[in-house]
Amino acid sequence: MTSTEEIKPAKAARNRESTGALSLWLNLLSVGPIAILVVLFVLLSLASPHFLTPRNLSNILAQTAVIAIVAMGQHLVILTRGIDLSVGSNLALATVTGALVYQATGSTILTILTMLASGAAVGAINGMVYVFGRLPHPFVITLATLSIAKGTALELADGRAIPGMPDAIRFLGGGAVLGIPASFFVVAGVALLLIVMARTMVWGRWIYAVGGRPEAAVRMGIPTRAVLISTYVIAGLCAGIGAVLLAGRTDAGSPLFGNLLELDTIAAVIIGGASFLGGRGHIGHALIGAVMIGVIRNALNLLNVDIFFQLIAIGIVIVLAVEADVLRTYLEGRVRTLRAARLQ
Amino acid sequence: MNSDIVLSITNATKRFGPVLALNDISLQARRGEVLALLGDNGAGKSTLIKCISGVHQIDEGQITIDGIATSIRSPVDARAAGIETVYQDLALFDNLTPAQNFYAGREIAGPSWLPLGLRFLNSRRMEAETARVLDRLKVILPSKEATVALMSGGQRQAVAVARASVFARKVVILDEPTAALGLREARKVLDLVAQLRAEGNAVILITHNMEHVTELASRAIVLRQGRKVGEIIPSKTNQQELVSMIVGA
Repeated sequence: MTSTEEIKPAKAARNRESTGALSLWLNLLSVGPIAILVVLFVLLSLASPHFLTPRNLSNILAQTAVIAIVAMGQHLVILTRGIDLSVGSNLALATVTGALVYQATGSTILTILTMLASGAAVGAINGMVYVFGRLPHPFVITLATLSIAKGTALELADGRAIPGMPDAIRFLGGGAVLGIPASFFVVAGVALLLIVMARTMVWGRWIYAVGGRPEAAVRMGIPTRAVLISTYVIAGLCAGIGAVLLAGRTDAGSPLFGNLLELDTIAAVIIGGASFLGGRGHIGHALIGAVMIGVIRNALNLLNVDIFFQLIAIGIVIVLAVEADVLRTYLEGRVRTLRAARLQ
Repeated sequence: MNSDIVLSITNATKRFGPVLALNDISLQARRGEVLALLGDNGAGKSTLIKCISGVHQIDEGQITIDGIATSIRSPVDARAAGIETVYQDLALFDNLTPAQNFYAGREIAGPSWLPLGLRFLNSRRMEAETARVLDRLKVILPSKEATVALMSGGQRQAVAVARASVFARKVVILDEPTAALGLREARKVLDLVAQLRAEGNAVILITHNMEHVTELASRAIVLRQGRKVGEIIPSKTNQQELVSMIVGA
């Protein structure tokens, strides 16, 4: 009896120590993306004299804007353990419908509304088929709408780009205020709105609950279906906003826009530090990830690295980020076991 | 005595395809009493409580609450009727804090003229209320801001039971609350169960542990293959009788 009494404090101390170490690792993982971004900035400004110039930074912001906007929508979907593969085609279709409406009416407002409505409509189809079609996973339906939206865009535009966008849209996509791209303000505005909704509103809490434990959300009386559909509609709406920015920057609508945008946005969310396992992450993760992808692309360009290599690089970064996510879950499990052991 | 009956189930039957999961089951749960629900695996205990908590619906029979016939079509209906359930898997959100778990699906939020989903969370009130309840039930957690993912089995169980205790007005159902716990953690949870009873709830307890049954329950109902095969007042002397009823020997 006395011997166990003596052993206990030592064991408890060791447990405390190792939970401390584990918590440290967990904290490191949570600030990891930002730390990597800072390191990237330092390294790149040493590697290339052109990197840390106002002109290049403003360039990065402008190029990142579309990815950032669409990644924020993708992030909400991923929070609920889903995925939206259709965002790129959705964006392309929105630019085409917008361009056609502009040709027909010449109205700026109608053009913008058309792009937003087109994006939201595709999102609504994704969400409703997923929920009411009782699909096991949104992978298939968003893969289908990827194809359908792309085909519709090609059909409507006859396979070609449709030039011409109103001034206001051109300004949003390509203009600047005091050297800061106008699209940056659009991104900031959308981000602010989504942060308020996700962090302070009941709806946001429901998204995290549905993502954390879908079957428990049903039992707790959360309107799970409506919550799921809403995330796909917002993801579609974000694709519509992205369409406005891209059409504005290029002064055209095109069925070929948004190629591999699903890759960039999913990568941004995961690289930024949100979890594929559902219910973890915030809008900031999507933004950090989008900037990181923008910086990597930009840097590889500045350093004259083959464009094909960029795809390989981003793929590798995705694998690393997903492994970090798995590691985090493992560490949390260890912390839990150690705490339980200490209580016994 | 009859006025003490909170929940009454009469002739409940539930089929899953050709399988008769519940066969003509009747039971009554009384205020301030622990009713043990016993039976081997597959006896129908979980199906029965899922019918009470709105996850399933009974095909035939009647559920009355405080003497009023009530149809429970969903978990929301059950909770509105004052029935809280602590599921075997706890139904906790690992990614949320205890306070966020407590109020998931019934957040304190305003202003009331906004649609429910667009109301702003009153986090301070929810956290204060949660802290008050955890203190009252003497539940100690590593940190009230930490997510449930980082808590031990007993702590998680305590959070789930405490959550039920906040909203329970009539009936609390606990499905094997101590199954995965060590001795000391199980003790804490049993104390919580006694506390829920003392607060005037009708407690329905599913367990395999006969010690817990004799300690807490004033009545025990035994199910076997979807039928009710006995109802006795458990004591130290009739444990053997209970066990043979459960296994059907």
